[in-house]
Amino acid sequence: MSVLVLIEHDGNSIKDSTLATVTAGSKLGEVHALVAGSNVRPVAELAAKIAGVAKVHVADAPHLDHQLAEEVAPVAAKLMEGYDAFVAPASTFGKNIAPRVAALLDVMQLSDILSVEGPDTFTRPIYAGNAIATVKSNDAKKVITVRTTVFDKAAAEGGSASVEQVDAGQPAGLSRFVGIEASESARPELTSAKVVISGGRAFGSAEQFHGLLDPLADKLGAAVGASRAAVDAGYAPNDYQVGQTGKIVAPDVYIAIGISGAIQHLAGIKDAKTIVAINKDEDAPVFQVADIGLVGDLFKIVPELMSKL
Amino acid sequence: MKILVAVKRVIDFNIRPRVKMDGSGVDLANVKMSMNPFDEIAVEEAIRLKEKGVATEIVAVSIGPAKAQETLRTALAMGADRAILVQTDGEVEPLAVAKILANIAADEQPGMIVLGKQAIDDDSNQTGQMLAALLGWPQGTFASKVEAGGDKLTVIREVDGGLETVELTLPAVVTTDLRLNEPRYASLPNIMKAKSKPLATKSPEELGVDITRRLETLKVAEPPKRKAGIKVGSVDELVERLHGLGVAK
Repeated sequence: MSVLVLIEHDGNSIKDSTLATVTAGSKLGEVHALVAGSNVRPVAELAAKIAGVAKVHVADAPHLDHQLAEEVAPVAAKLMEGYDAFVAPASTFGKNIAPRVAALLDVMQLSDILSVEGPDTFTRPIYAGNAIATVKSNDAKKVITVRTTVFDKAAAEGGSASVEQVDAGQPAGLSRFVGIEASESARPELTSAKVVISGGRAFGSAEQFHGLLDPLADKLGAAVGASRAAVDAGYAPNDYQVGQTGKIVAPDVYIAIGISGAIQHLAGIKDAKTIVAINKDEDAPVFQVADIGLVGDLFKIVPELMSKL
Repeated sequence: MKILVAVKRVIDFNIRPRVKMDGSGVDLANVKMSMNPFDEIAVEEAIRLKEKGVATEIVAVSIGPAKAQETLRTALAMGADRAILVQTDGEVEPLAVAKILANIAADEQPGMIVLGKQAIDDDSNQTGQMLAALLGWPQGTFASKVEAGGDKLTVIREVDGGLETVELTLPAVVTTDLRLNEPRYASLPNIMKAKSKPLATKSPEELGVDITRRLETLKVAEPPKRKAGIKVGSVDELVERLHGLGVAK
C-alpha cells in the first residue's frame, strides 16, 4: 500500500505530531510525505530526513502559505491519485484539512485512529473515549487522522528521501489568513511534554492559577494544562485545555491539581504513564484513575511542593 | 441572508454511555437523548446573527429517525424559523450527512451553514469540512468568534497554537467550538410557539443521496480501565514519589 502523510509544520520546523503520524503510516506501507506551503524547501529538506519517509513532495506557492484547508486539500486530493492512503495528524491542523480531502475523494474518513489492525481495519475512540470501536473501511482509498500520542515518534534524523516539486495548483481564493495570536511560552508543548501540570477551577482566579502553577511548571520543566472548567472560567487560554475536546496528552507524569476529573478531562489523560492528583475532595473522580493521590488544600500543598522539590 | 443550521440527536452529554455486552455498540435503549451540545452552540450563533440583523431566516436541518423531530423542535423553540427532517433510521456517516446537507443547500441557497465541530457520539469531526468541500465553499472550523461584514465573514479559530483569524468569502461553512457562545434555554411560550412552526420531512432517496455505509463497525469495546493507585499522606511523601518517577531530580 502506498501512503501519503501530510506534514504539519509552521514554515520553519516540523511538528512532533508529524513524526508519530509517519509511524502510523508506516504500518500501512511505504510512506511518502507532502509538504505544502510557501518557501518551504527547508521544511521539505527536514521531512526528507525523517526515518521511514521514502519520498517528499513539495507544493510550494504563495497561496499555500498558512496552509489554509481550501488551498491545501485540492493539492493533496490531486496527489492522492497515486496513493492508497492519506494520513494526517489528528491535530487542529489535520482535522481541518483531512475531511476536506476525504470529501474530494468521495471517501469516508477514519478519525483519530488509535491502532492499525490491518490494511483496512483500525480502532478509534467514540463517545469521548468511553468506548473503542474497531472499524473496517470499505472505501478503495483510506483517509485517516491519527491520535499522535499513542504512536511512537519516528526518528527525525536518519532518512534520506528524495525531494520532488509537485503542482501547487491554482489559488482557490475563498479564504484569507488574517493572523494568529500565538500563546507564547518557553515551556514544552502540552502534547509532547514529559511532565504536565494541570489546574482546575479550584484555583479560583487567573492570577492564582498562573501564580501557583507557572513557577512549579518551570521548576519541573513541565507544560501547563487546564481543565475545561478552568478555561471556561477564564483562568487559562483555550489552548491549555486538556480533554476529549481539547488536547490529548500522554506525558510520563501528569499532575492534576484542583481538578475533579470530569469524564471528558479523563479521556484526555488516560495515556499518561503516571497520574498524580491533588484535590481537597477525597471522593473526587480523579482519584479513581490516579496512581498517586494527595488529599488537601492546593493553596497549602502547591507552595509546600515548590519549596521541597 | 439565510442561515442553515445542522443539528444531531445524540445521547445526552450527562449520560455515561454503556457498551453493549455483545460488543455491537453502545446501548441507547431508554437513554435520554438531546441535541448535540456543539450543534446547540451553532443554533445559538445563528440566532445571534439574526438578532444582529445579519441573518433573515434560520432553517434547522436534522438527519435521523422520526424522533429527531424533537431535536428540531428544540431548535425552533430556541429561535429557528423552520425545520427540515431528513428521516432515516440507522446511523448515517458524516460523508452522507454532508451530501444530504449539500443537496439541501443547493435548494435553499443559504449564505452560511453553521454546524457543531463534532458530534459527541461518533466524535468524527468531519461533516462541516466535507460539506464545505462538496459545495466548494470556504470553512471556518472550531470557531470561537464569528463576525459578518458585507460579503465576508471573519472567524477566529481555536487551533493548537492559539487563536487563528481567517476571513472567508460568503457563502461559507462554520463549525462551532465550545467558547463561541453560551446557548440559551427555550422559554415555555417559545416551546409552545415552536409546535406550530413549519417542519418538513424528506428522505435521503428523495434527495438522491446514497447513504450506504462505507465503514463497518466490527466491534465496540470498553477502553482499558485505569485502576486507582495509592494515596499519600503528606507533601514529603509525594515529593519522594515524584523523585522516584524521575521528576525534579
